[in-house]
Amino acid sequence: MNRIVGCVSLATIAACSAPPQERAHDRLSPDEIVSGSVFLTAETRALQADDFANPGFLWVDRGEALFSEAPQTGPACVSCHADGLAGVAATYPAYDSDTDTVLNIEGRINQCRAKHQGASSLDYESDELLSLTAYIANQSRGAPVSVDTSGSARAVYEEGARYFRTRRGQFNLSCQQCHTENWGKRLRGDTLSQGHGNGFPAYRLEWQSMGSLHRRLRDCDMGVRAEPLPYGDPLYIAVELYLAARADGLEVESPAVRR
Amino acid sequence: MASIRLAVPETARVDEIVEVKALIRHPMESGHRRGSRGEVIPRDIITRFECRYAGALVFAGDFHPGIAANPLITFHVRATRSGDLEFTWTDQHGESWSESATLTVT
Ligand code: HEC
Ligand code: HEC
Repeated sequence: MNRIVGCVSLATIAACSAPPQERAHDRLSPDEIVSGSVFLTAETRALQADDFANPGFLWVDRGEALFSEAPQTGPACVSCHADGLAGVAATYPAYDSDTDTVLNIEGRINQCRAKHQGASSLDYESDELLSLTAYIANQSRGAPVSVDTSGSARAVYEEGARYFRTRRGQFNLSCQQCHTENWGKRLRGDTLSQGHGNGFPAYRLEWQSMGSLHRRLRDCDMGVRAEPLPYGDPLYIAVELYLAARADGLEVESPAVRR
Repeated sequence: MASIRLAVPETARVDEIVEVKALIRHPMESGHRRGSRGEVIPRDIITRFECRYAGALVFAGDFHPGIAANPLITFHVRATRSGDLEFTWTDQHGESWSESATLTVT
């Protein structure tokens, strides 16, 4: 039953039958950019706003503890980052000249582990990596998203933009169609948001856990019955960069609570 | 390893009713769900919560499947004298986690 209802509403979007509030433009104008939290129920918003009860803080706390734990192979993160990393996550993903790639926070953490701690990479979506990422992202809470898409990051940004606009999966839908052209409309039990990454890592009630932005992207790809990319895939990092540029100025909310 | 968050006021007046909150990280897997290959995901839940205030049991609860992951408990206690509030969660296998906070009564 659920499935049938879902198909009908997806088909409506796919057909693009020009309902009255159809958005013809292919990008968000700066004054209409809003966070995904706007589309949540008052209860979920209240849970996010409560710094004690917001379950995402269990991961932030764990991240804080891990930050000052030295691995056997090298110094603790805190010994080089004693002043914390305030505002850093708002500027990620960012180009790294060492590796000549664009790194997201997860990638940067693993880079520091390899380069400065002689330690092995943490698995994507592992408890440790999610906790450290949440701890760092939380230090940017309230800071406006502001990424650099110039120079060497440009090509990666373009690649992310292309992924965003490409129709995919059995439903043949693009991110763009749901999150730029149809935000604010209902899709199954959800109201479509503009698809920003400013709340991630986020605690999703459906997951009953914290999850990375890539986990959310995989859910969206699977939602249109497309093959999701692996965690940490460079193409998802490119999408992450595009999303951040598209959300320019929006405040970081991690750890957000989502449905 | 368990992560626990407690919200207990540091001080209270005698006979004041204070609000106490406790949050623990736990999957609270109900045992009713199935994995991607159809296999049952085994039950893994906390079954008992207790709070002792200066040694005396002041609040307790039995947990059952159906309680969400990372359960948050909020309740009230009457501040009688200075002492520790000790919170203990015990799971179905008998493993337990504790954390305490001191309440100073003036
Ligand atoms: C069929 C419509 C659909 C498509 C296509 C789709 N999504 Fe989503 N997306 C959703 C729904 C529904 C949600 C959950 C509610 C919300 O926040 O919009 C969501 C959530 C998100 C979120 C989390 C927003 C938040 O604030 O929590 C992001 C980020 C996102 N999508 C990005 C993408 C990207 C990138 C793509 C393309 C790879 C994509 N989505 C494709 C429907 C879609
Ligand atoms: C031995 C010193 C050292 C240790 C230990 C270390 N880092 Fe770093 N970190 C650096 C340096 C230096 C940079 C600048 C980039 C570079 O040269 O690698 C950096 C950059 C970063 C950045 C990006 C900052 C920015 O402004 O872009 C983050 C985030 C970060 N580190 C997190 C961590 C975490 C998390 C750990 C522990 C897992 C850690 N670091 C351990 C030295 C260290």
